[in-house]
Amino acid sequence: MSDNDRHINFKLMRDHILSLQDEDGPRNGKKYWRSLEELADTPVFREFVAREFPQQAEEWNDPIERRTFIKLMGASLALAGLSGCVFQPPEKIVPNVKQPEEHVPGKSLFYATAAPLFGAAIPILVRSNEGRPTKIEGNPEHPNNRPAEAESENPVWNPRGSSATDIFTQASLLGLYNPERSTTPLYREDIRTWTAFVGEMRSALDEQRSKTGQPIRFLTESIISPSLGAQMNELLAALPQAKWHQWQPANQDNALAGAKMALGQPVNTTYRFDLAQRILSLDCDFLSPTFPGYVRYSREFIAGRQVTEKNREMNRLYVVETTPSNTGAIGDHTWVVKPSEFEGAARTLASFVARDPQLYGGLGPPYGGSSGFNWAEAVAKDLRDHAGKSIVVAGENQPPFIHALAHAMNNALGNVGKTVFYTDPLEVNPVDQRQSLQELVNDIDAGRVEFLVIIGGNPVYNAPADMKLTFERLQKVKLRVHLSEYKDETSNFCHWHVPAAHYLESWGDARSYDGTVSIIQPLIEPLYEGRTAYELLAVFSEKYDRKPYEIVKSYWQSHRGAGSSQVNPRPTSSPSPTATNQNQQTPAPSPTPSQDFESWWRKSVHDGFIENSAFQPKTVAFNSGWANQQTPPAPQPAAGTFELVFRTDPSLYDGRFANNGWLQELPKPLTKVTWDNVAIVSPNTAQQIAGESSNRGAVKGREHYVPLVDITNAHGGTVRAPLWIMPGQPDGVITVHLGYGRPGPGSYSGNSGDVVGFDAYSIRTSFEPWSMSGVRVTNPGIDYQLATTQLHFNLEDPRFATEDRDVVRSETLEHFLHGEKHEEHEHPTLYEPYPYKDQDINTPNYAWGMAIDLNNCIGCNACTVACQSENNIPVVGKREVVRSREMHWIRIDTYFQGFDPNHPEGVNFMPVPCMHCENAPCEPVCPVHATVHSAEGLNDMVYNRCVGTKYCSNNCPYKVRRFNFFLYQNWDTPTYQLMRNPDVSVRSRGVMEKCTYCVQRIQNAKINAELEDRKVHDGEIVTACQAVCPTEAIVFGDVNDPNSRVSKLKQNERNYSLLGELNTKPRTTYLGQLKNPNSEIKS
Amino acid sequence: MSDEAQKPYTEGPMHSTSPVIDPGLTFASVTDKISSIVLKRKTSLAWFFGFAISFALFQLMLLAITNLVFVGIGLWGVNVPVAWGVDILNFVWWIGIGHAGTLISAILLLLRQRWRTSINRFAEAMTLFAVAQAGMYPIFHLGRPWLMYWLFPYPNTMGIWPQFRSPLMWDVFAVSTYATVSAMFWFVGLIPDFATLRDRARSKPFQILYGMLAMGWRGSARHWHRYEMAYLLLAGLATPLVLSVHTIVSFDFAVGIIPGWHATIFPPYFVAGAIYAGFAMVLLLTIPLRRFYGLEGFITMRHMHNMAKVMLATGLIVGYGYTMEAFFGWYSGNKYERFMIWNRMHGPYHLYYWALILCNIITPQFLWSKKIRSNLLALWIISFIVSIGMWLERFVIVVTSLHRDYLPSSWGQYQPTQWDWAMFIGTIGFFFTLLFLFIRFLPMISIFEMRTILPEAEVEE
Repeated sequence: MSDNDRHINFKLMRDHILSLQDEDGPRNGKKYWRSLEELADTPVFREFVAREFPQQAEEWNDPIERRTFIKLMGASLALAGLSGCVFQPPEKIVPNVKQPEEHVPGKSLFYATAAPLFGAAIPILVRSNEGRPTKIEGNPEHPNNRPAEAESENPVWNPRGSSATDIFTQASLLGLYNPERSTTPLYREDIRTWTAFVGEMRSALDEQRSKTGQPIRFLTESIISPSLGAQMNELLAALPQAKWHQWQPANQDNALAGAKMALGQPVNTTYRFDLAQRILSLDCDFLSPTFPGYVRYSREFIAGRQVTEKNREMNRLYVVETTPSNTGAIGDHTWVVKPSEFEGAARTLASFVARDPQLYGGLGPPYGGSSGFNWAEAVAKDLRDHAGKSIVVAGENQPPFIHALAHAMNNALGNVGKTVFYTDPLEVNPVDQRQSLQELVNDIDAGRVEFLVIIGGNPVYNAPADMKLTFERLQKVKLRVHLSEYKDETSNFCHWHVPAAHYLESWGDARSYDGTVSIIQPLIEPLYEGRTAYELLAVFSEKYDRKPYEIVKSYWQSHRGAGSSQVNPRPTSSPSPTATNQNQQTPAPSPTPSQDFESWWRKSVHDGFIENSAFQPKTVAFNSGWANQQTPPAPQPAAGTFELVFRTDPSLYDGRFANNGWLQELPKPLTKVTWDNVAIVSPNTAQQIAGESSNRGAVKGREHYVPLVDITNAHGGTVRAPLWIMPGQPDGVITVHLGYGRPGPGSYSGNSGDVVGFDAYSIRTSFEPWSMSGVRVTNPGIDYQLATTQLHFNLEDPRFATEDRDVVRSETLEHFLHGEKHEEHEHPTLYEPYPYKDQDINTPNYAWGMAIDLNNCIGCNACTVACQSENNIPVVGKREVVRSREMHWIRIDTYFQGFDPNHPEGVNFMPVPCMHCENAPCEPVCPVHATVHSAEGLNDMVYNRCVGTKYCSNNCPYKVRRFNFFLYQNWDTPTYQLMRNPDVSVRSRGVMEKCTYCVQRIQNAKINAELEDRKVHDGEIVTACQAVCPTEAIVFGDVNDPNSRVSKLKQNERNYSLLGELNTKPRTTYLGQLKNPNSEIKS
Repeated sequence: MSDEAQKPYTEGPMHSTSPVIDPGLTFASVTDKISSIVLKRKTSLAWFFGFAISFALFQLMLLAITNLVFVGIGLWGVNVPVAWGVDILNFVWWIGIGHAGTLISAILLLLRQRWRTSINRFAEAMTLFAVAQAGMYPIFHLGRPWLMYWLFPYPNTMGIWPQFRSPLMWDVFAVSTYATVSAMFWFVGLIPDFATLRDRARSKPFQILYGMLAMGWRGSARHWHRYEMAYLLLAGLATPLVLSVHTIVSFDFAVGIIPGWHATIFPPYFVAGAIYAGFAMVLLLTIPLRRFYGLEGFITMRHMHNMAKVMLATGLIVGYGYTMEAFFGWYSGNKYERFMIWNRMHGPYHLYYWALILCNIITPQFLWSKKIRSNLLALWIISFIVSIGMWLERFVIVVTSLHRDYLPSSWGQYQPTQWDWAMFIGTIGFFFTLLFLFIRFLPMISIFEMRTILPEAEVEE
């Protein structure tokens, strides 16, 4: 309150001083004053001083005297301090007299750009409200997101381009506004200016240049920006002794090495899942957002699973994996295999798939592992039966040999050029990053590095344990510079820390998974003094003050349309409608390329991508002989040891999102754990490690408590991790996720002082980056509290398993086509149903509804983050999640099928938003009419009316209502105020909230429709969760319109109401999942 | 005066064994004895001691409420799915305790159970104080308690009425009506005694104070006539309330669709439980008080026996309720209901359930024995256990039903926090603070009504 008042008082004071000047100026000739004393010498002020305040009291009753009094008070405020004077910026500023074009206050604008977070860039469309980016969705115009042909056969499949994205891209919005971002360049903790930094760098560079030896080293992450790569290459040419190293903890080393092994060159592999009828995943989690191209791939993969009236077939996914994943959950057949036996499984499959003795004879006889892989023959037969229409895809976590096998199998099946394409790598300079980092570390140890520039990344935190960049090691480098968004572990060990600009604040370019280039355009001026990598690299060149805009634009001025390898048309073999002649690519009106660059540039920036810039498929030659190399048999691990699998975290990736509350609080797809990483083991292994105590929590009714165990690798590194029981995990294998255990800034630990999770990097070595054996586990007998949003009670007593409750429906395709149907009962009622008609003219009104196709849901969580961003949903923190007070309006429930926790029969994902029940149980119990039914069938929540009895939540059978037990919203941080969606109320303490079907979007569309005197078109309203869903699992629309997509889905025989027997008549209905198992394989 | 009249009042031959009032008492000694507690007797150190403790706990309640209003109800252990916890169960528990008073005063008055006169004043006071505690919970369990007046149907500029379909709305009326009628009933019953105190008070301030409270009572025949009529009418008003309040409180649950809540048996079973809890609390308080103030002559073993018998009877009704809940959980064939019963018996809160069965069904069976009914210590312990049992019963109904309802994905756990306990202990402190003030400043036994059951009062017609 006081702050507001001060603001107003300053204004009053300024007005007062101005008025004083006007009144008194002519009299005493003083237009300006030099001191307050001089000002105080005015007669008005003297009068004020002469009279005591209490005597002025009567003047409040006198209108004229009171004014004088207030003026005098203003003068006394001026005396209170000079800070009252308001400064205006020295430059000429221009008032907003005329409204800028396209800018209507209250209306949002959308800008296309791309998110270069890791791996491949994601094309996005960012909503901007009054110049503030407030929401990130996919760019539907981008070739990655345009509908493919196979999809158009399904009548309910959206014909528009997809606006899907992943969780990381959406949550990067919170990263922009994170108040913990570093704000200024720092030199040894002292604030410096950018110019001081530039000066320092220039002189250091000159000094280095005069010396011989190794002048300067650059350490970056993988660079997918063509212009940054060109800049780097120019720099290296100008500084012949400079070296460029790359390190990213989750890198493409294995894929590139595998490609070199099988194909003799590093390639980027792209897939057409929509054309594939049989897919074999070798530990490849291509349906998780960490996989490059996941948005496109999951959409195309799910498109092949649409069973319609006409199309009675669906694709079949075989998954062989080392730890349960989202892809494994979707798979029609999923086998978990220990990492040590994985090669055997892959070899067995390959030997059945590829029978060419010359090339594959070296694979030897089918490998008989512990489980025998007796399914391999049937899988291989199925793949062979669909030669040219199948895909074998290998995971980045698998060694090069598995990638080579996948390439060989695709080749043998004739998939290359049909469903599998090889292109140039996305990275400008694909190197073996392990080796690259090793060289740098060796040089540092040998004292050959004097000047190290680290651009992005956090190598001090995430380097492997055997080449940790410790402080002692880095001290040998005389000058260290780090560019990063947060002052993180690496910055702490560097002399200079330069704050990095967020991608929403900077110009740039980046490639998406297929090579299509996007121009990254800023949505907002840098909030702080953030700089881009372009600017930092420019400092070391002769043109050290170049702006990123110039750098990117001039790069494309010289590279556009040159037919270089960077700019290529879409593959002609691809049936994409965008594949046009490259020379005609620019629809600019001007005939000559030199003249039309400006419009080409404008169009590319506007569209968010450069037309036809995807890589052309390469023809590759397959090597032979590599398969004969027998992998040396791994030393027999000692008894009582375990195998350890490393994975990037489903929410934090490699740790770069550790300071993102949306992602920290996002329940991980299978475990539903938030704010922690865990050591995942099977129920059997948990029993082996922790004995009875592994289940102690559940027995004691303390479900949130799990035992802590110490995991020691063969080299003596130890971490203490909470033990998590995961059904379907192979016995004897422990899975840990990277990215946690970060102390200090750049992570949530910086706020609370408690380190979030454990640091799995500390036991990860460079030569065993993704799995290791010989790991010992001890149980010190300590319990640890985890914050999970869903407790797996269904494992507790099979008598009350989920199947009994008919929550998720899943059936085989065979059963769906020929088996008996579910019977739906109508509940008899005496009341006429509300007709949802316009009462004046008796025409159908809107009746909003939603259908969620469980067959499409891959459990990627994108909808949850979208909802959080769209609806200003707060982050509550671990302590509150432990108390079951998370605020997500849409949650993804995970159910394991079957009765044996060690061998679940399947996993189901189920997104649960508010059901908007026709007979909503929440409505009659609210004593103050805070939750009411709208005339369009919405179950509205009136925040201002809510007094917080919480009765509605108790009476909601779906428990989708969320209560503000505390003031969860951060009202004070100014940057968060910029981030919020202005169309959605920011809820305060003590009120209930829940999914609104994005009522703000409904209203927006209705207003637009009303202005044009028409009804809202089907598909015009897209809820936030629906918009970002890569697989179109969520469809929203008017159920009163029989032709709307949602109505058609609801007429589908798979459609059912969740807990329909309660007669709540939910508006959100579900479509059961279909599985397509191979009848020749017995599970 | 016949010989019959010389005998103490015994309500007929069936109960001739123990009298409802000590035969040696007279009009004068009754008045003396009861009024002296207030007027003459030196306030004992024990009173100060007890009052100090209660008052300290009362301050704890104020602290808990202040913190709650400033910080939010997240201080409590409530969450989603268990959005009602110890707060609502304490509300039900206190309301239940508040049932004995009105039952004793009104229903037993209408049924002409004259033994009630010894304990009605005290029980009514207890009712009033318990309802005061109960009334706080629905207000402070709100997310925004400062808006609680929106639950009242008052003409407002928002142009909106409360939602009359909501049981919480009915609660507002039920509890506020009950509190009002109980207070009036209690106060009207006190008027003749205020007059007695006014006449006997030795200091001016007390004479004035009691004089104002006596409202000009002079004991004229007209006064008595009007008084009797008013008292009878109020009793008639209060009688349905005994049944309605807890019936409506039970609707809070029965109207919900949560398994374990949605049961038609709730209204009678809640009312019986309330009376059960109420009598347990009356016994719990009466036994030490009677001893301490030497009121054995007024509150005789007859009363103890009668109250114990009421407890036994209501306890059996409650036990029947539990049995039927379990039976219908099974018999309905509804998977959710079956799971609910299974979960109560075997789930994470199964200890609460079995403790409840022990406290509320097993323990009162001892009351069949006359020997135990005659043993005050045993009676006190049983009452104590039953009070705990009734608290557990509400815990089982409120928490275990909510924590695992329909969708296994949204199941959760509930753990009361220190602030939950602070509030609960605080209300106990507030309750006893009021009670201590009551026994110090007001006649805890109705003087004039006691005189009516003396043998002297028997008038030959």
